[in-house]
Amino acid sequence: MVRHIVAAVDEIPPGGRKLVEADGKKIVVFNLGGEFFALLDRCPHQGSALSGGILCGLTLSDEPGRYHFSRAGEMLRCPWHNWEFDIRTGKSWFDPRRTKVRAFPAHVEAGQALIEGPYQAETFPVKVEADYVVVEV
Amino acid sequence: MNIIRPIAAPGRPATATLGLVDCDIHPRCADLGEYRPFMTDAMWHRLTTYGIHARHGFHKGYPFPKAAPLASRRDAWGPQGQPPASDLGFVQKQFLDHYGLDIGVLNPLQPSGQGDVNDDLSGALAHAVNEWQLAHWVDHDARLRASIVVPYEDAAASAAEIRSRAGDGRFCQVLLMSRTSEPLGRKRYWPIYEAAAEVGLPIGIHAFGFSGNAMTNGGWPSFYVEEVQEHATSAQAQVASFVVEGVFERFPSLKIVMIECGFGWMPSLGWRLDNNWKRLRDEVPHLKRAPSEYMREHVYVSTQPIEEPAKGEHLLDAMEWIGWDRILYASDYPHWDFDDPRIAIPSFIPAEKRAAIFGGNARNFYRL
Repeated sequence: MVRHIVAAVDEIPPGGRKLVEADGKKIVVFNLGGEFFALLDRCPHQGSALSGGILCGLTLSDEPGRYHFSRAGEMLRCPWHNWEFDIRTGKSWFDPRRTKVRAFPAHVEAGQALIEGPYQAETFPVKVEADYVVVEV
Repeated sequence: MNIIRPIAAPGRPATATLGLVDCDIHPRCADLGEYRPFMTDAMWHRLTTYGIHARHGFHKGYPFPKAAPLASRRDAWGPQGQPPASDLGFVQKQFLDHYGLDIGVLNPLQPSGQGDVNDDLSGALAHAVNEWQLAHWVDHDARLRASIVVPYEDAAASAAEIRSRAGDGRFCQVLLMSRTSEPLGRKRYWPIYEAAAEVGLPIGIHAFGFSGNAMTNGGWPSFYVEEVQEHATSAQAQVASFVVEGVFERFPSLKIVMIECGFGWMPSLGWRLDNNWKRLRDEVPHLKRAPSEYMREHVYVSTQPIEEPAKGEHLLDAMEWIGWDRILYASDYPHWDFDDPRIAIPSFIPAEKRAAIFGGNARNFYRL
């Protein structure tokens, strides 16, 4: 795993996303209320760019006619065939064991730590006073 | 090591050795005004004053929401927000060039006038849409072919529109919808088939349309997911009607393709028709052969949305029954249930059969 600094935290507001490239892979990074998640930008079905999909919630039902909407903004829908993926895990809703988008660990680190620590900033300009999103690929 | 296929990159299927032909592309006008040059003052007045009214009761818009705006891929809107497939330049970039298409068949849907309650407006719009396909699309890109859109509830007007296009190689089929006010095999529609046979064009029957009846045999469904699976049943009713009414006996050169209707139902329909024909043959003595024989001579299918059974051999069995020479690749661009040619036609289908599906079959069917 190589850690890639892909964005300043300010670039991806809550509910927002950024398409980045790391290790030759296109990866879409989401901010979910301050938590960051990174998924490969490719639907496992027919390969469309998931970064063009909408975020929605999870609608469940315990019996016909009763509906529960939860987890607003945590499900990513493919821009083509509407398949639902959990952005926290990359797992599809209809077949979470076998159908999933590759997910990459993502977290926030302080610029100070990135400059002093073992990570390389590579091509991304890093300031000591800012926080950054780091994706492990 | 995780190999990521560069599917976002341009490219065509490696097995498309007989060419890549898409029999289902849906161009859309950005604005009704694009039809204005091709309409009379009277019909333009009617359109702008009274509007389009589908044979569908007193409502506007779709019978069911379409899961995505204008039923389209979310990436199919143009850079300036143009509606999906309304801008030739963007369609070329995102689709025709991207996949290396050789030929694409245009199937204009709404607004096209088809299924309108007013026959005169239906005919005027269909004519305008045909002119518009040439002026906005086909005459600017030699890869594209137009469909003759006809006001099918008015067979005489439809036949006149078909004959007016005789010999014009820019048109490759006559376009009907799958939901019609009566089953398509009935004699009221025969002038359409007579004209099509006369000018040597096949009939494309695309899913959807407005029949005026509930869209399922059991009445109105509650969910869009029911509507989209229903095409399999209305398509069966139409194919059965074509066969049983004797359309193919009367017009032996006529060929039809069921577009966006799926095809897993074809073997079952053939088995049931044959079984019942053996018992009830003297009710339909005009049929000289088993119903399935007409199906396997006159009926073609398109792939999108292709059935995706868990066991690939089930798909192969259905395709084998239909006939490997009668299955045509379709993308349904720009709609949300679009099929990428490099992914949707699975690799467990032998390569030479995939080549036929991608191009050879369509070239034969449309005489391209």
